[in-house]
Amino acid sequence: MKKYDKLVTNAAGRIVPEEINGQVAVPYQGIGKYKPDGHKFGQAISSCADYPADGNKLVPTLREALIKSGLKDGMVISTHHHFRDGDLLSNQIFDIARELGVKNLVWAPSASFPCHEYLIKYLEDGTINRIEGSMNGPLGRFTSEGKMAGLAVLRSHGGRYQAIQDGDLKIDITVIGAACCDSFGNANGLNGTSASGGLGFALADSQYASKVIVVTDHLVDFPCIPWQIQGNDVDYTVLVDKVGIPEKIVSGTTQITKSPDRLLLAELTARFCDVTGIIHEGFSFQAGAGGTALAVGDFFYKIMKEKGIKARFARGGSNLYLVKMLEEGYVDYILDGQTFDLFGVKSMAVNPNHVMTTPYTSYNYHGKGNFAGIVDVAILGATEIDVNFNGNVVTHSDGCLLHGIGGWQNCLFAKTVIMPIPLFRDRIPVIVDQVTTLCGPGELIDVIVTERGICINPLRTDLIEKVKDSDLPIVNINDLKQEAERVCGRPEKPKFADEVVAAVKWVDGTIIDSIWKLA
Amino acid sequence: MNFKKSLGVAGNSGGKIRSDCQVTIEPADSGGIVIDLKSKVKSMYGTDIIRQINEMLDFFGIANARVEMIDSGALSWVIAARIEAAIRQLGDTDKSWLPSPNPNGIKPTPIDQRRFSRLYLPGNSPSLMINAFLHKPDGLILDLEDSVAPEKKAEARILVRNALRVLDFGDSERMVRINQLPAGLSDLDFLIPQGVNLVLLPKCESAGQVLGITERIRDISLDKSLRNEVWIMPIIESAKGVVNAYEIASASPKVAALAIGLEDYTADLGVRRTEEATESFYARSVLVNACRAAGIQAIDSVFSDVDDMEGLGNTVKRSRAMGFDGMGCIHPRQIAVIHENFKPDTEEIEKAKKIVIAFMEAQKKGLGVVSLGSKMIDPPVVKRAQKTIAQAIELSLIEKNWYEMLPQ
Repeated sequence: MKKYDKLVTNAAGRIVPEEINGQVAVPYQGIGKYKPDGHKFGQAISSCADYPADGNKLVPTLREALIKSGLKDGMVISTHHHFRDGDLLSNQIFDIARELGVKNLVWAPSASFPCHEYLIKYLEDGTINRIEGSMNGPLGRFTSEGKMAGLAVLRSHGGRYQAIQDGDLKIDITVIGAACCDSFGNANGLNGTSASGGLGFALADSQYASKVIVVTDHLVDFPCIPWQIQGNDVDYTVLVDKVGIPEKIVSGTTQITKSPDRLLLAELTARFCDVTGIIHEGFSFQAGAGGTALAVGDFFYKIMKEKGIKARFARGGSNLYLVKMLEEGYVDYILDGQTFDLFGVKSMAVNPNHVMTTPYTSYNYHGKGNFAGIVDVAILGATEIDVNFNGNVVTHSDGCLLHGIGGWQNCLFAKTVIMPIPLFRDRIPVIVDQVTTLCGPGELIDVIVTERGICINPLRTDLIEKVKDSDLPIVNINDLKQEAERVCGRPEKPKFADEVVAAVKWVDGTIIDSIWKLA
Repeated sequence: MNFKKSLGVAGNSGGKIRSDCQVTIEPADSGGIVIDLKSKVKSMYGTDIIRQINEMLDFFGIANARVEMIDSGALSWVIAARIEAAIRQLGDTDKSWLPSPNPNGIKPTPIDQRRFSRLYLPGNSPSLMINAFLHKPDGLILDLEDSVAPEKKAEARILVRNALRVLDFGDSERMVRINQLPAGLSDLDFLIPQGVNLVLLPKCESAGQVLGITERIRDISLDKSLRNEVWIMPIIESAKGVVNAYEIASASPKVAALAIGLEDYTADLGVRRTEEATESFYARSVLVNACRAAGIQAIDSVFSDVDDMEGLGNTVKRSRAMGFDGMGCIHPRQIAVIHENFKPDTEEIEKAKKIVIAFMEAQKKGLGVVSLGSKMIDPPVVKRAQKTIAQAIELSLIEKNWYEMLPQ
């Protein structure tokens, strides 16, 4: 039986569901076109008289906190990825739900990691109905195979904030893992043995969820300073032995690549930014996770050092390399959405110019502006790019869902977006005639850097002009696609069943594309 | 074909292996071709791969067999090499399955081609070959010798043959290192017809060995009507080789350079190889001297610590100061450091310019003697200056028409 029959073609020409899990869905209409009316979502009014007068909200266990929060069938439970692959809470929450016999929950993580493969058994036994957020690796494959009961939803970091703010995603209970908090609920991720950095991804949840639980393994006397999460938003606090494994923040994508081919991509990208003047006094940049993006940052550093150029700010994902630039004075500020290694964690704790940001400040569609568009250049990855510069980050060319969107869609609003990507991975071409899943429209993707040539989006006549006398290997994207096929052969398109298994949201909450069940 | 063995296995799979495949072929008496394909790109190329297996087995006259392939995204020329290698284990064949050649063709190289860097590529590891040209070494060496395990020599030979046909080489010289003689001679039969610019002859100790491969290359070239020159770079790796260096360097007009291999040389001496390299100073001096006497290039050994760029830089500087024209590399990251330190510096270029200008002036005036200020310039100095200028132009350090642009 098909989950959804009502489908419509959106403004990008993609077929998307008109209804998602019983809610009406708006098809993508174009960039900046969709502007909903009405008021932001508001939670029920609370009164401080209902909370302990001494401010002590400690309950003995996470289980008790969940019971007190009224955990029941069909609720939306949210968690966050500040510990990345070292998250210990999400799996526990659903263990408890299973023990209590609660069914049909919605899990709304800010991102999922390989450690969450554990939850497949709860998706299978009906404890979890669906995931709204991100589905990584095995969870993605599970979704692609059509095994999830509900329809999965993929949102960007900014899109998650937007959905929480406009009520598209109503969170019943959020569980925030914090390295440090007081019994009142003031919390940060900076102090204690499990320090993981900023808690920015939990901000929306703390303000909009019905019930807010903060779990820590390092309880301090009031006040916990700084309070990245405010105790005034928190219902219960829980002390556990171990809240997360911060060493696992450094998962595969947060180390500089050693591959000579990837280093070549990074070097070409940095040279492009040098030649076009993107690297100039007072500029700003964002390099995402991923070995190549990190290497780009390091090449930026070398160029800046050589020319004596300083950046005004860098957007993190902070890591050793960015912290080095901050400490040596090559950037004035790190505006950090997420710490990628323990050097970043430490720097945020001690350096006032290393500032935590949240998806609200940097990406949110319902703010009165956000600063994604102020950034001069964003360096991002992709699983596929097509000849019209459309990008895919969630599925692979075999059609299987394997990654979340992260902040990728939001970063596309930078003044220049550059994607250093290999032309092919093993035998799989990365530049294709049409992306398997549309995650980012081509209008927003400016430059593709491959090891066999650089393509500039024809819309960016200014960049084309700037490189015309350089020795950079500028090529046409169609020629590059043909080169990939010359080397690899022409792949067959993935075969899909006639069934949508996940909806991909655009930054404004509209549906930009669907993920189809693998045949 | 007549089967001598009941099982043929070629290629690599498992662990960190990428862009390769392992093929097992087991001939049967009946039942046609039964294929078990495990591939990470099955949904994209499964049909292609199965078609390729069937076509190749038919080509080699195998009608009944069980074929198992474990594929980690091998390109079709790699798959072809693995299937052919497995089939050759089963019995003798005079057939070869040659993949379609690279459209960019084969560029000939002059004897004094710039050879600052030459990158070794293990001859049985396709993943390292595919993008190697992007790192722009002066030469790319497909290596059949030390980087290939003895039991993999036969399949590597087929893989390298296919690589020579299909790979992109960019502007890099197409080099192969064959096995030690006599096995290396039959390597040539496979490789020379596919377009080789230069053959590295390992552990060379005598002029006779050079003549042996010169003749074999000539015979193959005549047989296949090949026109491009194939240069020879003997590698001196023993005390005896050092003693015979000049004889080897001048053995054949096809010898373009001598290289020295210090790992084996120091082992032969019974000493430890050090970064200062005083233990091999004599050997390297002899080699440079022999090469200059024979009018060919001298090429230094590889630097084996791929993480130590500073050590590499220092070694290159010393190497150049001794008179070497280039050195080997084992990692693409070493290439830029080698080029940076082998290229002529500004001071050298300026001096060379002055000499070349003086030479041109003397020619214009019909003078037989070139002089700069009060100094007379000898012809070899002029020649060296001209070489420096040519290199500087090639490396875009000066304009091609720098002379015409001079104020009159």
